[in-house]
Parts: sequence; C-alpha cells; structure tokens
Amino acid sequence: MSRLNVNPTRMEMKKLKARLDTAVRGHKLLKDKSDEMIRRFSVIIKENKALRDEVEKELSETLKQFSVARSVTPAYQAEAAFSMPSVAVSAECGTESIMGVEVPSLNIVDEKRFDGLPYAYAEITSEADRSVERAAALIPKMLKLAETEKTVRMLANEIERNKRRVNALKYVMIPQLEETIKYIKSKLDENERAAVIRLMKVKSKA
Amino acid sequence: MVNGKMAIVGDGESITVFKAAGVSAFPAEDETSAKEIIRKVAKEYKIIFVTEELAKPLAQFLKRFDEEPYPVILGVPSKNGSSGYAEEQLKSAMERALGVDILYKD
Repeated sequence: MSRLNVNPTRMEMKKLKARLDTAVRGHKLLKDKSDEMIRRFSVIIKENKALRDEVEKELSETLKQFSVARSVTPAYQAEAAFSMPSVAVSAECGTESIMGVEVPSLNIVDEKRFDGLPYAYAEITSEADRSVERAAALIPKMLKLAETEKTVRMLANEIERNKRRVNALKYVMIPQLEETIKYIKSKLDENERAAVIRLMKVKSKA
Repeated sequence: MVNGKMAIVGDGESITVFKAAGVSAFPAEDETSAKEIIRKVAKEYKIIFVTEELAKPLAQFLKRFDEEPYPVILGVPSKNGSSGYAEEQLKSAMERALGVDILYKD
C-alpha cells in the first residue's frame, strides 16, 4: 500500500488523524445512503416493470386496432382528420427528491377531459374513434411510466456513483491514511529512541 | 409546478393516433432525422415519447438526458410491437445499481 508523501512530524500526524476520522465517518454515512437508495430502487423498479408490461400490452393493441381502422379510410382523409387535435394534453412537471436525487414528478392536467373527437363522425369509422379514445386514456399511464422509468435510470446512475465513492474511501483513502499515520508514528518513536540513546552515550562518557 | 407539453417522435403510422389524442407528433423516418428532431423538441417539450425502433440506435444519445430531471424521454413500442429495448434498459440499470437481476432471474 502506498503511503502519502508527508513529513513525519507530530503536526502532520495530527492533521492526518483528523482526516482519517472524517473519512471513516463519511464512509459510514455514504454506505447508509447507498443502502437506502438500493432499497428504494428495488421498490421502484418492480413498480416500473409492472407498469411497463401493462402499457406495452395496451399500446400495441391500440396501435393495431388503429392501423386496421386507418386502412379502411383513404389516406388523405385520415391524415386530414387526425391532424387537427381538439385538445392539447399537458402535464404538470415538478421535481421530487429521492435521497438527494432530483427526479421528475408528473401529473396530468385534468381540466380538459377528453370528450370530443377532433373530426366529424362521418369521415372516420367508429373503430378509429375507439382507438383514439383508448390512446387518450392511456396517456396518464404512459406519463406515470415515463416518470418511474426516468427515476429508475437516474437513481441507478446515482447509486453507481455513490458506490464508487464508498469504495474509494474504503479501499484507497482509509488504508492510505492509516498506513501514513503508522509510518509517522514509527518514525517519531525511532527519533525518540535515538535521542535517549544519544543522551546515555553522552552521559557515560562524562 | 410548470406545465409541460408532450411530444411523440416516431414513424408516421404509430404516432397519428396520439396526434388525435392531443400529443404533438413529429414524424421521423430514420435515426439521423430522429436525432435532429429530438434535439430540437427537447428544448420545448418536457415529455417526449420515442418509438423503440428509433430509440434503440440512439441509446447513447438518449443517455445524455438522464443527468437532468427534464426532459423525460420514454421509449414506447410502435405498431410492430415491443422490441425488448425497454427491458434491456431496465436490466442494465438494475445490474449497474444492484449487481444482480431481481426481475428476470428465471
């Protein structure tokens, strides 16, 4: 193990001891943080998985239904009909803090419920109406999924980073400090012994 | 709380239905144009859905958005069904964070 390049003096040792103290305390704190983050992460990731499966299933069904509906309508007509949305959905975007990680928190704005379809009924088959309705109903769920998935990714990054910090403290910083303190101590002891011996020699000559 | 708009980027057919439901749709044919569109859209929209076919080759690019809470970018299956992209992402996040697979271990 490498030791730090410092002068073996009492001053340095005192400084290093303080640093070691901080490092040990920091390591403990970060480790606790890491444990808690991992606990939260495993809860969120399970939630995410369930939501994902649900959304994927419904979405592919909706899209299939829609593509059938669309195929029976002339392309230009469909294009014109679907291009003029009567509603614009938006979401309230806030942030939430999970163990110091800022994650998004989304809420659908519920003032305008999806009521009317954006086109005249005569143009488009009822199949398409239904799939548009389903898609609209699916949006809140997709938002929730977007939120959890982003949270999962951000939390995973943070956990990784934190783990690296914990390991750096545990395997590099702390051993290095300990080693250096030991070295300084032995140097100081050696000096002391040398001084004693020198004194004895001087006295015996006199 | 700020109101954020939603956008969807994908191939024409998969996104039309969302257009009718009130999400701004941006058609993109291939990954290069999708990248450009996402870059532009990310400035204005808070929530962006990207179909998996386009998200998959852009995974590296999309990773950049993971540092900040917004914009939120979500891969969604297109009309061809799920490609397993999301599952992969989830798996890699899990492996990085926990070191073990707790969802798909069978």
